[in-house]
Amino acid sequence: MTHGVVRHTFGEYMASITLKVNGESHGVDVDPATPLLYILAEDLGLNGPKFGCGLSQCGACTVIVDGRAIRSCVTPVKIVEGMEITTLEGIGTIESLHPLQKAFIEEQAAQCGFCLNGVIMTAKAILDKNPKVSKEEIEQALSGVLCRCFTHVRMMAAIKNAQQEMAG
Amino acid sequence: MTKQSQVMSENLTHEALGALRGAGFSRRKFLQSTGALVVSFSMGGMWSTAAAQFEGGEVGPPHDQLDSWIAIGADGSVTAYTGKEELGQGISTAQIQLVAEELCVPFERVKLIYCDTSMTPDQGVTSGSQSHPTNFNHANLGQAGATARQALLQLASKRFDVPVEQLAVADGSVSVKGDATKKASYGELIGGKKFAIRLDAKAPRKPASEWVVLGKPARRPDLPALVTGEFEFVHNTRLPGMLHGRVVRPPAVGATVMHVDESSVAGMAGLVKVVVKNNFVGVVAEKPWQAMQAAEKLAVAWTPGKGLPKHEELYEFVRNNKPVRDTLLVNSQDVDQALAGAATVVQATYHYPYQMHGSMGPSCAVADVQGDKATIYSPTQAVWHQRNTSAMVLGLKPENVRVIFRRGSGCYGCNGADAVTYDAALLSQAVGKPVKVQLSRKDEMAWGENYGFAFVLDERAGLDAQGNIIAWDHESWSPVLGNRPGMTTPGNVVSGMLAGFETEPFVARSPAPEPTGYNNGTNGVPSYFAGNVGGSPKGTGTIKSERSLIHNSPSPFFTGPLRSPARLQNTFTHESFMDELAARVKADPVAYRLKHLSDPRLSDVVKAAAKAAGWDARPSPKAPIRRTGVATGRGIACVSYEGDNGYAAMVVELEVDQDTGKINVKRIVVSNDSGPISNPDGIRNQIEGGALQGLSRALMEEVTWDEEKVTSVNWNSYHSLHLGFDIPKIEVILLNRPDEHATGAGETSITLTAAAVGNAIFDATGARIRQVPFTPERVKAALGQTS
Repeated sequence: MTHGVVRHTFGEYMASITLKVNGESHGVDVDPATPLLYILAEDLGLNGPKFGCGLSQCGACTVIVDGRAIRSCVTPVKIVEGMEITTLEGIGTIESLHPLQKAFIEEQAAQCGFCLNGVIMTAKAILDKNPKVSKEEIEQALSGVLCRCFTHVRMMAAIKNAQQEMAG
Repeated sequence: MTKQSQVMSENLTHEALGALRGAGFSRRKFLQSTGALVVSFSMGGMWSTAAAQFEGGEVGPPHDQLDSWIAIGADGSVTAYTGKEELGQGISTAQIQLVAEELCVPFERVKLIYCDTSMTPDQGVTSGSQSHPTNFNHANLGQAGATARQALLQLASKRFDVPVEQLAVADGSVSVKGDATKKASYGELIGGKKFAIRLDAKAPRKPASEWVVLGKPARRPDLPALVTGEFEFVHNTRLPGMLHGRVVRPPAVGATVMHVDESSVAGMAGLVKVVVKNNFVGVVAEKPWQAMQAAEKLAVAWTPGKGLPKHEELYEFVRNNKPVRDTLLVNSQDVDQALAGAATVVQATYHYPYQMHGSMGPSCAVADVQGDKATIYSPTQAVWHQRNTSAMVLGLKPENVRVIFRRGSGCYGCNGADAVTYDAALLSQAVGKPVKVQLSRKDEMAWGENYGFAFVLDERAGLDAQGNIIAWDHESWSPVLGNRPGMTTPGNVVSGMLAGFETEPFVARSPAPEPTGYNNGTNGVPSYFAGNVGGSPKGTGTIKSERSLIHNSPSPFFTGPLRSPARLQNTFTHESFMDELAARVKADPVAYRLKHLSDPRLSDVVKAAAKAAGWDARPSPKAPIRRTGVATGRGIACVSYEGDNGYAAMVVELEVDQDTGKINVKRIVVSNDSGPISNPDGIRNQIEGGALQGLSRALMEEVTWDEEKVTSVNWNSYHSLHLGFDIPKIEVILLNRPDEHATGAGETSITLTAAAVGNAIFDATGARIRQVPFTPERVKAALGQTS
């Protein structure tokens, strides 16, 4: 990830905003109403957060901000200025996988994979908050997340396995 | 790298780039060469050479040439080229297993490149559960692997001057049996050179008994990149200088452009261009958010729409819509007579709504149209069809258009992938720069995709005094409009139509001609029919008095293949009705099915599912029926998918909350026979996902509209089972048939869920629900009718 200033030319209401993404600072000149997703996906070139609905209905765009899973498709970038933003790229790498990422590979819990960002990031936020969280609370957290390949069984098994590792 | 070489590498998928680097040559140049040595390119030399010429071409690499399918690098690496792509269904993993198996190399040594019109064979559409049968039986990719192994044996035979029979192949080398000093690697034998031979249909395939890679669970190579955010979907494709487009679709079905007021967006920073072509309207801006805002703000005056049939009167519309195109699938010509003589006649009507693919990510594509050439990154299921039709849309020669598949969000059929590809092509051509088009959620749901078919289906059967089925009459009505674009019809999807291309015309025909050959590709023929066309029974059942008559008519909405198209709707109906017949004669639903089946493979999956589920053999419904509280039940359904392309049976156990009408499925058991099992874990994943996608479609999915437009335009108005629901236990029983042909496996389980759930609801409550989706309101209404 390179540091740098991203300049937008749109809108009258430009603002210089500093974003802290995956531990690095990025200055952006941007319409402060721009949803965070578009800055992450296009300006910072991150593939993790996805556009799914733009309406906070499916979870595909989920990132973790100061420990809380939020929907970046409806979050104006101004609101998260200075906060710690973590994307799927920020929780682990192929060489050093997060327990959730490892568990999803172990369970082969994907088909097209488009929803994985939302599933993993939502699960991470709730498990970080309380590694001993109940199955019902995990289900509640995932009740706003979709997978249209319906890989549900494997994903819930992967989350359960990761929870055991994270709690252990 | 030079600038040109950078451009070239930008134009290749990661997989393609990696594999080409590994193999050390430019694909087309290699295939066009005379067969001499092609090795030792420096990287810079290779890419500038390759980039100097546009990698287009008239047609794909010929199917009958081994070099079209397999290339072996100087380092012994194996690159395989296929026209069947990875959509998320796992077929790339199985294809790698196939090539590794036939060539006797480890899984990791095979690179698979799929669906790039400058590199891979044209294998049509990746759809219809056809990839497994197409490439794993005795042709195409599998046969290419076998041909290559045979060719390598013959090269080694010459080199060591021993007969082929004295040679052994293992781990990418050929050696002389009993002489460890005489051994040559594939790289030494052929590396970097063309085989220059034809595919040999007689090249011996490895029998399943000798498999070491196929038949065992193989892990998907894409998962590490997927779970870490490294994987590049088409949504993540970024080209130098790329702009962002959005489309402005008509507000009503049938509305056309009267006037576009460009001044409404004048001065919006970042806006590059407003593009209008016939009724196609779009905007291009520097950034996605700018394009979204400009598309929102652009003032377009549209004519009123053509009007839509009332949603609540959909099924009257479907049944009475004109004109019709009639098709007879089977007709023994004695059905009316047999029904007249039957001891009992049972009849019922079923209804199935329009449903969506509802991809997780709205469709996206990137096009780079420069002058008379275009490079297009598309999530299409058919790169060659997309190449030809994009060329039509752009007014370019097909050989000047290159289409490269990049994975989109799972499509499950004809979602917005082809439509958005034309969107991107048109907008890029208008600005002369690369453009990415991301459809909005509403663009995709209201306009982007071709919906799954709505149906009205009538069933009528005659029983003899002993309760045997002696005659069965099936008749259905279903409207259609458009389809996949194929090679010539961009107007079959919305953006091609808006840009001025005609939708495939509806051809009326009535009455239907008598059938001349047996084809049950749509499962319009129930499994229990003898399927007698032309004097010999080709069906899977015993009923000889049989008729299946289909009426199609023009649809107000675009329609197209949605996972198990028509097969699901037909099977829901046949399998529900079979249950009604069993209940009428107080027979056990499993035993009654087996009694009327003649095909041993279909009978075997029914028996396997029943056994694994611990089937409670007795007639339905389960006594005693009470009208309150939670009732439990079990149901079964089975199918020979497309007549002979996969066999499956499903048992569902569920609870019905009779006070709320809510269905809670507790357990799903699926048995499946798709011939030889290539990747057991991959097929399980498909069957599990299919079962639950089928459940979502059975319980809650339905397209809705008002007088002029679709109103199910997001996840609040089009419903899907989310990840937090009380997920049933799913058990998959795989029947391995190593001596049979490979069949499809991606659409068997989804075909069965609605019927198995409906049958289980009946078992639990005595209420028969004949209309999908089984919403709580509909369940309660059905309960009310039986109380």
